[in-house]
Amino acid sequence: MKILTKYHGEVEIEESQIIHFRQGLPGFLDKTEFTIVPFHEEGPFMIMQSIQTPALAFVMISPFDFFEGYSVKLTDQLLETLEIKEKEDIALFVILTVKEPFEDTTANLQGPIVINTKKKLGKQFILSDASYKTKHYLTNQLTSSVKEG
Amino acid sequence: MLVLTRKINQSIQIGQDIEIKILAVEGEQIKIGIEAPKHVEIHRKEIYLSIQEENNKATNTSIDLLRQFTNQIKK
Repeated sequence: MKILTKYHGEVEIEESQIIHFRQGLPGFLDKTEFTIVPFHEEGPFMIMQSIQTPALAFVMISPFDFFEGYSVKLTDQLLETLEIKEKEDIALFVILTVKEPFEDTTANLQGPIVINTKKKLGKQFILSDASYKTKHYLTNQLTSSVKEG
Repeated sequence: MLVLTRKINQSIQIGQDIEIKILAVEGEQIKIGIEAPKHVEIHRKEIYLSIQEENNKATNTSIDLLRQFTNQIKK
């Protein structure tokens, strides 16, 4: 099927590339279908594009590349909702609020996007403990990863 | 809004399967126990609202900016 996207114009995707968010996301409860694609062949940015709404897309990264020690305890309720049976089926991203200059860009570590890659089910998991917030600067992590890489 | 007065260990039943119980009152803080089916999501309101707000802010990234940052990181 062909879909219109915010960053890549019209693209052809397979049914199997659609991730179902049965309850939407906070603020977007009626958006239940997304597809996740890299923004570019290089770079850390992943795009979570709404199937229903071309103008709606989130920019995401893998938090583990940027925030050393980031860890999330998935609840039984979440595992059940996403029908997760194997650890290997889990993919996890965090949404960026991109700002210019890039140093002002923040990652939402309190509401990671958790995906069951096998069943194609996704959910924004809201952490109830106070260890992570909705805004964490990438700057330091980015600088060091650039130096290393 | 329906307003009810409760004492410690008293509950409120909402529908068939949700119970909210007052467990303790310590100064300005109130401890509340909630029994609900697993599919019912329970969040501290301010956390839910901050996630909602951040999601809304996160959807305004221009393609030019993303291109620029992708190049910046590559270097």
